[in-house]
Amino acid sequence: MTKVGGQKDHPVPRAIFPNKVLPYLLLAPQLAITAIFFYWPASQALYQSMLREDPFGLSTQFVGLANFRHVLADPNYLHSFQVTIIFAVATAVFAMVPALYLAVMADKVVRGRGIYRTLLIWPYAVAPAIAGMLWLFLFNPSIGTIAVMLRSLGISWDPLLNGPQAMILVVAAAAWKQISYNFLFFVAGLQAIPKSLVEAASIDGAGETKRFWTIIFPLLAPTSFFLLVINTVYAFFDTFGIIHAVTGGGPGKATETLVYKVYNDGFVNLILGESAAQSVILMVIVIALTAVQFRYVERRVHYG
Amino acid sequence: MIDNRPSRRIIAHTVLLIGVFIIAFPIYYTFVASTHSLQTILRPPLPLIPGGHFLENYTTALFGGIGRIGGVGVDRLLWNSTIVAVLIAVGKIFISILSAYAVVFFRFPLRMTFFWLIFITLMLPVEVRILPTYKVMVDFGLIDTYAGLTLPLMASATATLLFRQFFMTIPGELVEAARVDGAGPWRFFKDILLPLSKTNIAALFVIQFIYGWTQYLWPLLVTNRNDMGTIVIALRKMISFADADTEWHLVMVTCILAILPPILVVVLMQRWFVRGLVETEK
Amino acid sequence: MATLDLKNVRKVYAGAVEAVKKVDLAIPDGALCVLVGPSGCGKSTLLRMIAGLESITEGEIVIDGRVVNDLGPAERDIAMVFQNYALYPHMSVYDNMAYGLRNRRMAKPEIDRRVREAAATLELAHLLARRPRELSGGQRQRVAMGRAIVRNPKVFLFDEPLSNLDAKLRGQMRVEIKNLQRSLGVTSVYVTHDQLEAMTLADILVVMNGGNVEQIGAPLEIYEKPASLFVASFIGAPPMNLLALKPGEGRPVLVDGTTIGGEGLSFSKEAATLGIRPENLFLVTGDSNGSRPDATLDIVVQAIEPVGAESFIYGDAGKERLVIRVAGKTVVEPGAKIRVGANAADLHIFDEAGKRI
Repeated sequence: MTKVGGQKDHPVPRAIFPNKVLPYLLLAPQLAITAIFFYWPASQALYQSMLREDPFGLSTQFVGLANFRHVLADPNYLHSFQVTIIFAVATAVFAMVPALYLAVMADKVVRGRGIYRTLLIWPYAVAPAIAGMLWLFLFNPSIGTIAVMLRSLGISWDPLLNGPQAMILVVAAAAWKQISYNFLFFVAGLQAIPKSLVEAASIDGAGETKRFWTIIFPLLAPTSFFLLVINTVYAFFDTFGIIHAVTGGGPGKATETLVYKVYNDGFVNLILGESAAQSVILMVIVIALTAVQFRYVERRVHYG
Repeated sequence: MIDNRPSRRIIAHTVLLIGVFIIAFPIYYTFVASTHSLQTILRPPLPLIPGGHFLENYTTALFGGIGRIGGVGVDRLLWNSTIVAVLIAVGKIFISILSAYAVVFFRFPLRMTFFWLIFITLMLPVEVRILPTYKVMVDFGLIDTYAGLTLPLMASATATLLFRQFFMTIPGELVEAARVDGAGPWRFFKDILLPLSKTNIAALFVIQFIYGWTQYLWPLLVTNRNDMGTIVIALRKMISFADADTEWHLVMVTCILAILPPILVVVLMQRWFVRGLVETEK
Repeated sequence: MATLDLKNVRKVYAGAVEAVKKVDLAIPDGALCVLVGPSGCGKSTLLRMIAGLESITEGEIVIDGRVVNDLGPAERDIAMVFQNYALYPHMSVYDNMAYGLRNRRMAKPEIDRRVREAAATLELAHLLARRPRELSGGQRQRVAMGRAIVRNPKVFLFDEPLSNLDAKLRGQMRVEIKNLQRSLGVTSVYVTHDQLEAMTLADILVVMNGGNVEQIGAPLEIYEKPASLFVASFIGAPPMNLLALKPGEGRPVLVDGTTIGGEGLSFSKEAATLGIRPENLFLVTGDSNGSRPDATLDIVVQAIEPVGAESFIYGDAGKERLVIRVAGKTVVEPGAKIRVGANAADLHIFDEAGKRI
């Protein structure tokens, strides 16, 4: 398009309306909500993270970075960090690998692809907390059908008392819920791969498995990376409901993730300053994750 | 397709069916449980086929009120969740489309500053600033109100970005043609921009409806009264392992009722939803 | 019925880029004025300033005796046809044409009358219920024209309206636009980068380059007497042969020393470039038969392009490459040495600054 003279020398503004006041009015609602519910609380979190308050709110004291030092030296916090990492990695792996496998299979079938998609996207609509409850119902030691079956096979199964088993249960529920989302993206990613490339590879004598690892998988890398970040963010933050509903962080803090600990310290134990410091640390993690996401996968946006 | 051998296709179908089974089983089994009596549920293993208490359980849960949550009926909870999800979805779309419109189709001082102010909120999920946000709620007296349940979740950089991205693909000539045709900003918005955004709005509605419906931490904090709770929160309150009198049959019914509306929305609006979700994130 | 006058119109973008430099132009009522030039020459900016889509840095734009500088596009009583048509994709053909009239709160029966009349003129009557995406490129083009016509404006503006059509359709639409403009008698400004389109459509041709107006005039006048080197090379295909002259000689000697033959041929001392159109060169056979050319040049043939009705001979004179257009087929072979001649009246002389002498 050679629309406007001198286009190459300076950015020509796109077609616009000349109004001067109207745009501010249009922005006002969003800016108001953003200021009241994002910037003000975030700055409060920052401020509070440098205060120490007794649980009754009777006295407050400025302590600088002491809360951060305290939090980062707290073995409970570091344990919670470790739990979160394990939980996030396991959830990402178990949510992405089966989704990729299913997507590859869905790409092969000609008939019924739409039906499979319809049947596989349900969990997207299920709240994480409910996903947790569905799994808990199956695996709960007293009335869970599968728990009963496991016990009859001689496996001592009690996720309410056994830490690793509790972790397995919440990972299963978290991954189960996220498979749909990953599946949709992998299917779209696979459809975006030019068929001619795959055909060329098969003419070159690459077998099915080889084609997958040498052609399809590398071309899916952007999608996979994007999903990895999304799944990590999901495991870090959106799974609060699962933990809260299924294990309550237990048994014995075995499933206490960072977000759960912020909630627990702030709302249950009322250690406000340290809870705020934890919030700030979480913010830094989110910002880092988002930055990574935008750096490598430009223009991709996390819906949430 | 390169490999048309039937064996490959049979393998693919088998894998997909196993996938569907794993995905669907927890939901199916919950449905089965919701049709059995409490006694049957308490004596596992539970049969794989639905029982005969469907009507009885559903009627009790919907209209009878449930003891553990102060006798509030599931109908009230469903209503609350619907209101919350719809308000969040509509509110987000409304404020986002306006701000995206301002950022793309006008030039004014501080335009990019405002854009970045909105953009950065992408990085601040509610979970990381819960305490101070909760305080704001208390100060405004918004605890146990629909406003408190929805307002903080409405500001969304994602929706704004989506609309902005879409608006940027609208050719400048279309704006110019509209101006020559005598359309001002409002007419252009109403007659041209909104109709062209229909698909995006539909997709965003589904995504944000689900987002609103599945909220957990926030409703947990800002509601104390049982009759203001969302169905997801109420469900959590209905379960107790320490307590033997958990009415599991009603829990199961509530579970099914809690996941049915969002599943219906996703399945019925699948076409827009998948397009909106996948295409706009590319 | 309106005249359109541009008085000292100038456009400077933020960052001090001067996109349009002092343009003076008077278009009489009913005339079709074509702005032509390479991309980035300022022609589209000028058009958009007339439309009211770009602000005017300096000068005045006057439509029908009224200064319109401060009026919005909708208040100027103009209609515009865009390069990409800019049809509203979600509206039917009918609604596309009616939209501007509805915004002006015109009575429904009158809107209906006008839309149907324009549709009949443009042979769109059977397509009124369709959406733009269900139309072919040519049909979309017509709808864009229809949208302009129904408004019955004082001035039509065309922004490269044919550039998205294939060559055949473009030729066809060119004729249609010309006929339509004639029969409606609406003053029009038409922007294009295609010199053929410009030549065939224009009543008044404005050649622009780098924000400047190089020349204004009737198409043939410009073709025959290009005011500058730029105009000489931009108008005409294949372009005019331009030979660099040895400076300060006053004699027909090229930069590399090649002398142009001819008795009594002399140029002013400022002459820097000699231009000859390909069709003004002819082959000079060995023995002179009557008419002697005023100027001759010996060249070596490099390539022949026969295109049917005519042939182009490409040859080198010293370091200069020339094109000669001859009727029908030619017997000349590549590698042959030939002598070409021209009449003094067909020579165009330009000075150092590129201005015609």
